[in-house]
Amino acid sequence: MKLKRVFPMLMMAGTLVAAMPSCKSKVSDADLKAKVETVITSHQGITTSVKDGVVTLEGFASSEAEKAQIETDVKAADKSIKSVVNNIIVQVTAPAAISVNTVDESLAKGIVDATKDFPTVQATVKDGIITVTGTIEKAKLVTLKQALDNLHPKKVDLSAVVTK
Amino acid sequence: MALQEKYKVLLDTARSLGTKDLNFAEQDGVLQIRGTAPSADVKNKLWEVYGNIDPNFASGDVVMDVDVTTEVPGSQVKVITDSSNLNIRKGPGTDQPIVGKAAKDEIITLISKANDQWWLVRTKDNEEGYCYAQYLQTV
Repeated sequence: MKLKRVFPMLMMAGTLVAAMPSCKSKVSDADLKAKVETVITSHQGITTSVKDGVVTLEGFASSEAEKAQIETDVKAADKSIKSVVNNIIVQVTAPAAISVNTVDESLAKGIVDATKDFPTVQATVKDGIITVTGTIEKAKLVTLKQALDNLHPKKVDLSAVVTK
Repeated sequence: MALQEKYKVLLDTARSLGTKDLNFAEQDGVLQIRGTAPSADVKNKLWEVYGNIDPNFASGDVVMDVDVTTEVPGSQVKVITDSSNLNIRKGPGTDQPIVGKAAKDEIITLISKANDQWWLVRTKDNEEGYCYAQYLQTV
């Protein structure tokens, strides 16, 4: 029953909203877009579009703070900007992963070269982990370890090596 | 994070001695460390610090590969074998035939790096071939 009263109100509100965009903003959308683009040039990967004074931002930021900062900067770009739709996605980029060699065949070849001068030790590889056994002079252990680490295995297990 | 705590002194030393492109991360329970030291001395120092924290490298919780910036093609490198001559081989691998020898303490020229392990070198007698990089150090 109440709908009868609500309906005309909705109609009026609808008319108002529909009428809004027809109000010409002083600055054209193209000019606003140019201004916004000047502001966002320092942020790579952000694109913008402007329609009826409403600026939409798309792209990726590295933090929430950057996302908010871009919005603040864009809002300040021109008074004619009615609002900013901030569709920027925050993408926290992890530091580049350190490459580790897990191909046993390639590690095995490197081990042959690395252990050639240390006949008293034996090294095997499984699942990217190099396990060494045997006896070695303490002073030479670092040379062996450096040679094996250079192959970038997941792990070098020297716990069973006896030093003399 | 625990490993970065354990090896904090090592990482701090690497930073303070000007190691470039220092990158480290704990992966599968092992602290992987990469970087480029400004000199062979710095590289040796880092290995000394590492050895102090983990005697005999017995824990196996670090894999560290630190290059030296001065070891670039065209530079002079010294043979640092214990006592014996260094084999110069036809290709990169101990399965490759020996084409020459370089004496301990001999200065030779680094031509290029086939990989981290094998470098193409030339001796004063114009012998050319691959040597195991571990036995070469910048002058």
